[in-house]
Amino acid sequence: MRRWTKRWTRVTALVCAGALLAACGAGEERERDPAVEGSTVGITDDTITIGGHFPLTGVAAPGYSEIPSGHQAYYDYVNANGGINGRKIEFVVRDDAYNPTTTSQVTNELVLNEEIFAMVGGLGTPTHGAVVDFLNGEKVPDLFVSSGSLQWGDQPDKSPFTFGWQPDYEIEGKIIGQWVAENLPDAKVALFLQDDDFGRDGEKGVRQFIDGQIVEVQKYQSGNTDVAPQMAALQASGADLVLGFTTPSYTALSQLVSLRLGYQPKWFYSNVGADPALVGSLLARFSEGAVTDGTQLLDGVVTTEYIPGTDVPDDPWMTLWQKVWDEHGGEGELTNYRVFGMSQAYTFVQAMLAAGENPTREGVVAAIEKSGADFQGPALAPFRFSGESHLGISGMQVVEIKGGVGQELTPVLVTDIGDAPIEEDDSAAGDAPPPNGIPEG
Amino acid sequence: MATLADRVLGRTPLRRHLTLALLGLVVVVVVLESTGQFRNAQFAAMAYYGIAAGGLTILIGLNGQISLGHGAFMAIGAYTAALLLRGDEPFALPLVLLAAAGVALAAGALVGVAAARLHGPYLAGATLALAVAVPGIPVYFGEALGGEQGLTVRVPRIPDWFADAVFFVTGQDMSSSRYLAYVGWLCLIVTFVLLANLARSRVGRTWRAVRDHEVAAELAGIDLGRARVLAFVVSATCAGLAGGLLALSARIAAPSGFTLTLSLLLLSAIVLGGLGSLTGALIGAALLTFLPQLVTGWGQDLGLSDVRAAELAPLIYGLVTVLVVLFAPAGIAGGVLAARRRRAAHHGSPSARTDSEARP
Amino acid sequence: MQQLITTVLTGLTLGMVYAAFALALVLIWRATRIVNFAQAPMAMITTYLALVLIDAGLSYWVGFAVALVSGLLLGALVERLVVRHLTGSSEINAVILTLGLFIVIHALAALVFGSRYRSFPAPFGLRGFQVGDTTIALTGFGVFTIVSVMVVMGLLVLLFRGTDLGLKMRAAAFDQEISRLLGVRVGRMLTLGWALAALVGSLSGLLIAGGGLVHPSYMDGVVVYGFVAAVLGGLESPPGAVAGGLILGLALSLVSGYVGSELVPLACLVILMAVLLVRPGGLFSHVRARRV
Repeated sequence: MRRWTKRWTRVTALVCAGALLAACGAGEERERDPAVEGSTVGITDDTITIGGHFPLTGVAAPGYSEIPSGHQAYYDYVNANGGINGRKIEFVVRDDAYNPTTTSQVTNELVLNEEIFAMVGGLGTPTHGAVVDFLNGEKVPDLFVSSGSLQWGDQPDKSPFTFGWQPDYEIEGKIIGQWVAENLPDAKVALFLQDDDFGRDGEKGVRQFIDGQIVEVQKYQSGNTDVAPQMAALQASGADLVLGFTTPSYTALSQLVSLRLGYQPKWFYSNVGADPALVGSLLARFSEGAVTDGTQLLDGVVTTEYIPGTDVPDDPWMTLWQKVWDEHGGEGELTNYRVFGMSQAYTFVQAMLAAGENPTREGVVAAIEKSGADFQGPALAPFRFSGESHLGISGMQVVEIKGGVGQELTPVLVTDIGDAPIEEDDSAAGDAPPPNGIPEG
Repeated sequence: MATLADRVLGRTPLRRHLTLALLGLVVVVVVLESTGQFRNAQFAAMAYYGIAAGGLTILIGLNGQISLGHGAFMAIGAYTAALLLRGDEPFALPLVLLAAAGVALAAGALVGVAAARLHGPYLAGATLALAVAVPGIPVYFGEALGGEQGLTVRVPRIPDWFADAVFFVTGQDMSSSRYLAYVGWLCLIVTFVLLANLARSRVGRTWRAVRDHEVAAELAGIDLGRARVLAFVVSATCAGLAGGLLALSARIAAPSGFTLTLSLLLLSAIVLGGLGSLTGALIGAALLTFLPQLVTGWGQDLGLSDVRAAELAPLIYGLVTVLVVLFAPAGIAGGVLAARRRRAAHHGSPSARTDSEARP
Repeated sequence: MQQLITTVLTGLTLGMVYAAFALALVLIWRATRIVNFAQAPMAMITTYLALVLIDAGLSYWVGFAVALVSGLLLGALVERLVVRHLTGSSEINAVILTLGLFIVIHALAALVFGSRYRSFPAPFGLRGFQVGDTTIALTGFGVFTIVSVMVVMGLLVLLFRGTDLGLKMRAAAFDQEISRLLGVRVGRMLTLGWALAALVGSLSGLLIAGGGLVHPSYMDGVVVYGFVAAVLGGLESPPGAVAGGLILGLALSLVSGYVGSELVPLACLVILMAVLLVRPGGLFSHVRARRV
């Protein structure tokens, strides 16, 4: 073992040089002068290259890894129908395993090596938070982040190239809070929260309306599947309404544990966690002997909706997504994660068309700010996009799950962060997809 | 050949290490200036993995203590750096990195004192628990440490004198990823020179004695506990510095960046490269940095779906690990050295004999 | 009061799963002085095998039995094909080898079975028992978990203390050369040790999966807590592993329910360090402490 000190110097130099040269050889170095053509990086006469980072491996992969396949299927569909103004979309997906360090590394690769035109649908709050400043510094459009954190859209002067997409967790919290205040004013409310910005922003919104009704708050760590101690605390608090800001697997776990504890409150899950098809299929297994019917476990659960999902297969948007998935999808069924990806992809195509025949990076940002609020699409409520806000969809409706299908309890409710009032606005709910399934330019 | 090396590199270890450091610096400048921004960023990553791996390989290879939890010290370094770089007037970068290393040093001393009493699997278990426990702390102190979302890090402005100096030498403007790569490799070279000298010094001999002959070392008057704590502190300090650099490169310090996977990857990297050797640590760092991108690329070239191509990277990394441990137990660096020694022995070169005599 | 009972019962049931996993680690440690990190994905893959069979319409118990038998075979195969070829006595290389296996099996499972949540059935009810008008947070499956781990521990103690085979296994682990001289077929004993360990590991995989959700990473947390439980117990003793598992399961459940779930890993570290600082060889160990 002593020889390492004698030799390391020589060998190190050689190995360094070797590794460095080998590494250089593998890379493609295409230096461009940003002043001349920087704003059309990633666009050629017949292609548009875009990228996204998603957790494809690791603990966050179940579920989330399906989102990029939804994107891909819709881009393939658009490409098969002529592309965007004759340009085919190339979607480069990189795995970040939900680790922000890796997100930084793969974003460097996407921007500097793959030379993407825009980042589309990058997933996760801590992960995407690591690359927002970099993307804005490089002036790369950072469109439709897959996370409901406020930071993507509430400070457009700080991150002018970043746009949210889904309703942020705070407005969802507000809409849930107001519904509870109006419909269940005597309920003793407990919160069951994922311990990150999802739970925190949701709590902030809910507390605007029912601060006095909340008797207990419990948080779980994503990755720790034993939530029985938390559920026991909720049960002990005597709460008869539990608001869950959870992911679908934790919705299923909380249902299973409450079964074990004999705890039967009314449940209200946020949109993220209340995928009736997924949660129902996870719970259906346990119907044998223990529960009469899997979907029955979810009956009476209240949640929110902002895009049509797999529980309404006859919705015109769902008919379109099913057609796209049948023609261009990969393995597996059409799930709500894939519907989410396709709906995002639809908005991206819309934004590119709005940017005109010869889109530039600055051009697409300007186009979304100018006309994004009027984009017609699957969303039930309009986008809030403007020069002052890059926050996404402005509202949702409250639904109750019956037999695995969401039944409307309210019209579409629209609001904004902070003290903005909650108003009824059905203007976007009636949008139908165009006949060819591709937004009109 | 040995005499030629002596003449070029100098005879005393210190002079050799300094000469090599200079040579390394030249290589770094040449390579960083001739590659693009993306490669620069990858080299920055290789530098922080290399520093952490270098510290860990000293601990395990020279002192014989195992640690499955060095990711925890990287987290401590990263959060220290992130906190000091917040605010409108952030601290100067050298100060930030020194502080990252310093706080990790203190934490390392604390853990090291406890660890010195443990051995083998008990130490492994304790450090494993450490790796899992530390990321929970910023979640608990969410107000100060950003919770699950983490603390974002703004890369400090490139100092004018540095940009000017590099421009003077190379005639190229400085990008932020190139700047970070320079900072990383400067830190790596300094760290490696210090580690190499430490290993050659009386302290290093003490560590090896403690590793190989506990009883004999004690009879010779070595304080076993002190030697172990010192080795732990040194390696934790390296991990802290690496963590600070990681926070700069990743632009964030968040709990999900410091999962158990990081600690375990570091560990496997130094064994893959060659345990106890700084060269091996560099090889391991290069594997950690370049292999995933390379393998994912192959997978996509083969027409695999994105999800499958992504799973290919860990699959190949795991297979390489298993194969190296089975067929080249001394790691890649060790394997190369062994092959050279065999060749040298074949020619009857005197240096081959001294090498084999030097074996523990 | 009900919250306390629930939290304690949950902790004990979970502790039993940690105990089963710790038992598997102890078996391999006794046989070959290796800490087998690959135990978790090995258990995961046999559980998936059971799931495939159950999904194909076979009964839960067929899947259960097949998972245990395939665990036995997998353990023997891994020992024969991989671990046997580990040269040198470097303790760190053995750890890295099992880590490498961990990564390989994990990636293979994700490739073959896909990265999504699936529900795993339980053979008994999932509702807690009713006592009067309160529900006790103990299910039929929870009772099954506790009983089966206790039975396995008892069988292992019987095997090592009371049978010729167990004596040979202990001898082979204690000193290979002398055992060979005495006519013990050391290689076979080591393979048997790994096979038995993998069987117990598979059991822990089935127990944690039952009535819950599985995905390729579902055993990752169990690696940490199971290993810590084994270390707490002293790595040498099956009763120590069970005691370690129970202590850890109970303590972590109480911390999670009454302090905060984000502090569970930190509590795990504190418990382990507190025990090891008093007894550096774990609770049930006779090993002399490393002198300082």
